[in-house]
Formats: sequence, C-alpha cells, structure tokens
Amino acid sequence: MHDKTLTELAAGLRAGDFSSEELTRACLERIAEHDGTLNSFITVDEEHALAQARAADARLRQGEAGPLTGIPVAQKDIFCTDGVLTTCASRMLENFIAPYSATVVEKFDAAGAVMIGKTNMDEFAMGSSNETSYYGPVRNPWNPETVPGGSSGGSAAAVAARLVPAATGTDTGGSIRQPAALCGVTGLKPTYGRVSRWGMIAFASSLDQGGPIARSAEDAALLLGVMAGFDERDSTSIDRPVPDYTATLNDDIRGLKIGLPKEYFGEGLEAGVAQAVEAALDEYRRLGAEIVEISLPNTHLAVPAYYVVAPAECSSNLSRFDGVRFGHRCEEPEDLEDLYKRSRGEGFGAEVKRRIMIGTYALSAGYYDAYYLKAQKVRRLIRDDFLRAFEQVDVIMGPTTPAPAFRLGEKTDDPITMYLSDIYTIAVNLAGLPGMSIPAGFVNGLPVGLQLIGNHFDEARLLNVAHRYQQVTDHHLQGPAPYV
Amino acid sequence: MEWETVIGLEIHTQLATKSKIFSGASTAYGAAPNTQACAVDLGLPGVLPVLNKAVVDMAIRFGLAIEAEIAPLSIFARKNYFYPDLPKGYQISQYELPIVGLGRVTIELEDGSTKVIGITRAHLEEDAGKSLHEDFHGMTGIDLNRAGTPLLEIVSEPDLRSPQEAVAYMKKIHALVRYLEISDGNMQEGSFRCDANVSVRPRGSHEFGTRTELKNINSFRFVEKAIEYEVERQIEILESGGAVVQETRLFDPDKGETRPMRSKEEAMDYRYFPDPDLLPVEITPEMIEKVRAEMPELPDAKRQRFIEAYRLSEYDAGILTASREMADYFETVAKAIEDAKLAANWVMGELTGHLNRENREIGESPVSADQLAGLLKRILDNTISGKIAKEVFEAMWAGEGDADTIIAERGLKQITDTSALEAMVDEVIANNPKQVEQFRAGKEKVLGFFVGQIMKATQGKANPAQVNELLRKKLSS
Repeated sequence: MHDKTLTELAAGLRAGDFSSEELTRACLERIAEHDGTLNSFITVDEEHALAQARAADARLRQGEAGPLTGIPVAQKDIFCTDGVLTTCASRMLENFIAPYSATVVEKFDAAGAVMIGKTNMDEFAMGSSNETSYYGPVRNPWNPETVPGGSSGGSAAAVAARLVPAATGTDTGGSIRQPAALCGVTGLKPTYGRVSRWGMIAFASSLDQGGPIARSAEDAALLLGVMAGFDERDSTSIDRPVPDYTATLNDDIRGLKIGLPKEYFGEGLEAGVAQAVEAALDEYRRLGAEIVEISLPNTHLAVPAYYVVAPAECSSNLSRFDGVRFGHRCEEPEDLEDLYKRSRGEGFGAEVKRRIMIGTYALSAGYYDAYYLKAQKVRRLIRDDFLRAFEQVDVIMGPTTPAPAFRLGEKTDDPITMYLSDIYTIAVNLAGLPGMSIPAGFVNGLPVGLQLIGNHFDEARLLNVAHRYQQVTDHHLQGPAPYV
Repeated sequence: MEWETVIGLEIHTQLATKSKIFSGASTAYGAAPNTQACAVDLGLPGVLPVLNKAVVDMAIRFGLAIEAEIAPLSIFARKNYFYPDLPKGYQISQYELPIVGLGRVTIELEDGSTKVIGITRAHLEEDAGKSLHEDFHGMTGIDLNRAGTPLLEIVSEPDLRSPQEAVAYMKKIHALVRYLEISDGNMQEGSFRCDANVSVRPRGSHEFGTRTELKNINSFRFVEKAIEYEVERQIEILESGGAVVQETRLFDPDKGETRPMRSKEEAMDYRYFPDPDLLPVEITPEMIEKVRAEMPELPDAKRQRFIEAYRLSEYDAGILTASREMADYFETVAKAIEDAKLAANWVMGELTGHLNRENREIGESPVSADQLAGLLKRILDNTISGKIAKEVFEAMWAGEGDADTIIAERGLKQITDTSALEAMVDEVIANNPKQVEQFRAGKEKVLGFFVGQIMKATQGKANPAQVNELLRKKLSS
C-alpha cells in the first residue's frame, strides 16, 4: 500500500479496497519502523490521526468524500495545529501547544484529510540541510549519510521514504523545491499570495509561501487545490478563484516555449546535474516543446539581496519570542534584560541567531538605505527580469540545485557555501513566482531535481507541464531501495 | 537675556472604533485584564494583522478638518523595540508615508487674538498594552487589553511659543476629534494624551535650542505645568552657562517636576521598515469625497453660523461652540424656545455655573437640554419670572423633576390675574399715601417701592411687568 501515490490511494479508498483507518495504521507502522533512522517527524499524533481516519471513513461511506478524504498528510511543524505541539524545530517552542490551527491545516481538516504528524525542519525554516533543527538532523532516505535538504527536509524525506503519501512544506528561498530535489519527490511553491500564511509561523513574511510535497504532479495538483485560496485573515493573500488543477494536467504541450536561463548553467553546476537536466529537456523536445535560451541578467544579485531581506524580516518576526507570554523562558531571571537575553540566547540555535543579527544590522540607522532599501530595489530588478522573460516563453526551466544531496556536516561550518545551494531557487521567491521541482534522474544514486518556474498564478500550467513529463518518464516512481 | 520658548506637541488620540486596528477584539475600556486580547493581540506565532477599515475613514475625516493632504498611498511600518507590554516586539505604526500630510488649525488666545499652528502629519498606529507594577510584589503584571487599540498620532510643527499656547492647541485638537466623532477624548482613560518637545532660545534667534521630550502627559493642566517647569529648568541651565541635554523626560504630577527617562545616547534605534504583512493603504479621490460628504459641521463653521443665525456675540459663540456637546445642548434649547439670547444666557450662566461648581462635563448635566427648554418656556409665557426660574432650576438640578411639575408642586405659578393684581395695587396705594404723594411729585424711583410691596405680598409670584403697568396706570390717574 505504501508504494501507491496519493491519487491511487484515493481511488482505493473510494472503491472500498481499504479503509482510511487501515491506511493510517499502515503509515503509522511505517513511521514507527523507519523514522528512528530518518528522524523526519517531530510529533506523531496517533490518537488524533486515527480519530480523523475514522471520521473520514464515515464520510466515505456516506458518499460525502472529496479527493483527499481519508488520505494521511503530514504537516510541516511550522503550521500551527490546534491542541498539538507546534515547535518550528526550535527549543524556543519546545513546549508550545498551538491554541489555533493554520488556515492550511483547517482546509485539510475540512477536506477530510488525516493529519498524521508534524515533520522535522530547519529551525524556524532557516537552513538548507535540516541540520539546524533542535530535534536533530533528518537523514536522506537515498543515503543516510547525506542531508535531505531544507528547510522542509522532514516532509520531503517522509514522502520519499513512503512513510506518508503527501506532506506540506513552506518555501522562503527554496525550502520546498530544494529538499524535493534532493529527496527525489515533487514539490511546488505557489505564487506569493496563493496560499494563506495565517497560522504559518513567519520567517520572512514577504517571501514565505506554503505548498505541497508529493510523489507526482498529479498528487500535487490535488493538494494545491485544497491549500490554495483567498483568506481574509491574511492581507497578502490574493482574492482570485482557484482553478481545478487536475482538469488541465493532460493538456497538450506541443508548441510550449521553454526558456533556459543561461545564468543557471554556469560555474558551480555539477556536470551530472547538467546532464540530467539536458536529458529532461530532450524529453520535452520529444513532447513538442520549443527550447529557447533566455537571460536573467540580475541572477547573481539574488543570493545577496535575499540574505538582506529575509534576515531583516526574520529579525523583526522573531522578536515576539521573548520569554514573556509563551515559549522558552530562562530559569529565574534577575531582571527584564536578563530574561530577554537568556530566554532568547537559550531558545534559539546558532543559525537563527546569525540571521537575527544580520537582519538587525541591515535595518539599523545608517545602514538601512545601503542594505535593506537597496535589496528591495534589486528585488524589483529580478522580478522585471522574469517578467521580461515571460513575454517570450511560457515556462522557465533549469536545475533546482547545483548538486545532489551533500553529506551531513559538510557545509555546517561554512554558511556561505550552504547559502549558495539555494542559488537557483531564491530568485523565484524574490519575484513572488510559482516554482516546482520534479525528479529528473540520478547522479551516483542520488536524485536530481528539474526546476520549473511559471508566471504569477500559472500553477496550473506548471502542473500540466510536469505531469506530461511524468507520463513519459519514471524518475518520480523510483524510491530509495530500503523503503520501497 | 530674554528667552523664547519653542514647543511642538505629539498628540495620541484613541480612535473610537468598536474593534482593534488589526484584530477583531473589542476596544471597550475597563474589562478584566487580558480578556479582550485575541491571538493577534497576544502576538502568537503565525498570526497576521488585518487593517480595520474604519480607522482609514477616521483619519481622512481628521485630515479634511485640518485642511491637510490625504496621502493616496500610505504605508504601515514596524517600529522595533522590546518591552513586555509590546507583544510582537514591534509596534505597527506609520513612518515614511503617513496617511495625513501637512495641515493646520487656528487657535484662539486669551487676549482674543488667533494664531495658525501647523500640523506636520498625522499617522495611524496600534497602542501597546499596560505594565502594572503595583500589587505584584517585585513582579510586573501585563494587561494586553489595550494592545492593538487604534491611535491617531498628531504631530504639530514647533509653532507653539508658550505653555498657554500649547494648552490652547491641545484643547483645539481635543474639541476637533470629538466634533469629528473619531475619539471620545477621554483623558482619564488615556484616550487623549501627548508628548511635548520643548526648547528655549534667545529671543530673535532663528536656530532652535536643544530640546527635551516630555512623555505621556494626560491632562491640560499637566501640559501647562510640565512645560512651565521644563522651560524654567532649561533657562536656569543656560543662564548658569550649562547646556541642555537632549533627552526624554517624565513629568511627575505629584512633585510638579520633570525628570530624565533616557538620554539621546541611550536613544532607541527603532529599525523602522515597511510591514510586509500589510498592504499599502490606497485612498482614492472617491473615498475622500465620500467622507467629505459625511463630515459634521466643524467648530469654526459652527461658531460663524451661531453668530449669524442666532445673533450671538463673537465671545458667546466661541464659548458655546467650544465643545460639540455644548453647542448641541445650546442649539436644542434655542430651537425649542425660539429665543437664542435667553437660551445662551442660561446655558452660559446657570448651567455652566452649576457644572463648574461640581466639576462636571456638560454630558453629565442632571438637567437635560429638553428640560431646560421646558423651564425657559415658562419664563416666556409668563408662568414664572426669571427669578423664580432660578429656584426651579435649582430643584431640577437636585432631581426633583421637570419644570412644570416643580412649579405646580411648589405653587410657583405667577399671578397674572388682572383683577387680583388690581385689588392688591389698590390696597398698596391706599395704605401708602405718603409715597403716592412723592411719586406724583415726580419721584419716579418710588415706583420700585410699590413693586417691592406687591412682590412681598405675593412671595414674588406677581408678574412684574403687569404690576408695573397697573401701578403706573393707577398712580397717574
């Protein structure tokens, strides 16, 4: 059962081949069996999951089921879940039971999905390897000595290892696409404003966006259909109808114009990854697409701009973790300053502190214009690059990451090298565009991701283009040997 | 050396919305601590602010009233600092692009002259919670009911030149926000408070002196006292060869002095930046016109109308339009009795006297406008004299009922029966032949004696005009 995709499982539930309770128990058993090694979950709520599964079975019997009714879904531990521990993988929130649910969680609940647990991640979503988690690193199921990517590493690893058919992620600079690529699964970061941020613990508010991680584009289409939509509780969410993403999956892509940014194929890209991407492009040629070289001239500014904007916003967003109302509080504070310093000093890990300090510096009097304001101007340039490109092409493609999964500990002492692993994904967030990563082959037994970038609100096209590729290839069907 | 005082005020006025500026929690005052603070107000992880649109209309209303430019696009910014009653670690405010730009108001000074005071800007922001230092034995209690309450911060130009001007300006803004119905202006509850920037310079100088900022003053009297103290303190320092330190100071009303809170060196770097959780506020000309069409009459316009429509003096009109409640009270009475002069005299005389004596606002008057009109109608239809009316008013103030009830119960109805009065007049004339002689010899003043006799006999209830007329008729015949 665990090797079935979400779409196949949904069909099985409807046909009565198995119940949601059976399916949920099967997932729980696999988590119990494998997660000791993988460490992809922070919280598994068996009781809650089984109760939801039984309710889903009742809905299925009454014929009131939607496509996700009865399907176990894991939530990244950045989404608040009412009555369930929500840690953001930080000691700061080690004891935080959220008193409300995120809109995304409510939508899955309403669809009848089963919330099976909360997945591990980089602390406050700050990281590209899942090594900054207070709960320890997640292992990549393809090779336990390598990282799963981050920050949604737990979600990607859990889906890749077939512990759960689908999971949510969030993506601020590549945090859905990069782990999806490194774990060989399908991940989609929607257009900024497409999925509500209410209840999603903020890292960098102007960049954060929730999205699905699954085994195929078809599954991702079903998940996005549930997650997307206007939410009056999020002022930055956009009031625009949600299309049926599954309806256009099979649309013909002959004549599709694919742009290849020459900047994404330069120095730093591993040869094996480049070859896998080339092979994928050949596949698209066979499907009738036209490949056009394009230029995104400000690409080299994306990482520096991102590492001003994101830390600046995070330095302010994380100010509420002060030990006063919730979260970690130091023992016996001497006075207010001591309370702040020790609570935050003890509660946050090194990477979070580094980014708070960078952001605080960038916003300080006398530096604001030189850093924050300038970064915002660069952001506009990057966005304009993409919008110009989309006048010529329908989608943009390239590698998701410059290299496959790296070894645990390999980059932890060198933040800059770590930051550069997001070099192809970050610009998409700065421009607010939708982006996907789909499996496109392997290098030395490790998965390679192909990145698809669409124009604003063009998720349906991305899913269509990804699905057509998955119809003629089987990379997405491959699983890591011990877990298949 | 002669010194000139330079003052600018930052007034924080709480906007009279039902719910908070970025959440649906109630803004009602006085609830048990932390019962009116929702997840957004508590700054829980994952929550987001949503702008309460009512505050935008209120800010536009204020902007129109001070003839300011309303920004077509304004931006909410985060002001970052740590404090236990600031749940998010930042306050959502406006910084570079405030909703209301440069405007002005005219203030009236005690000598009757007027002065135009510039208003640099007015911007929207959320209030913080309250730290309670008493009752917790070495700990601090936090009440977040006030967190997220909408404020309009109104920043004046440094145009004020004396503590008295500062008070006149503050009163003007206070009356204005109440006229506009955008704030209840309640100073005890902290709905209207100000910070004062104060400096002195040699008269004739064009440079500003070093200023200090006096924080969180919540009464007109304290503003005057705090500035007076601060001006004296600064002059003393300068005259003894010292230099004023730029710092934030607190006014202690008990001691009547200001004392330092933090210096410029310790001044906060608030690291303002646009709040990425909120969209820029867009204001179209149509929105402005809609608010303009619903604007209430403003104090200056009302004063002018009172002068023209009710033929009031400039002085009377000024007093009667000082607050909207006063103006409404007067106008209700004036319309009901169709005698503006009588209404004005009573509102400014008896009513204001009683209010002042008991230190009450006009809204707390035990005698309503309708009740006062009922009383004055009885003067106009000769049921009672003005003198008796004062007695009736006293009883109304004490809560004994409306005028007609009191007049009836106390038997205060004026005697207007001509035959009854005639008999009394005849009797008084018959009993006082000497005075009759004097009057007939041309001593007009003696008439007063006769009137007095009749009033005494009727306990003041005789109609004075009628008595006069009868006396003249009988004495001259």
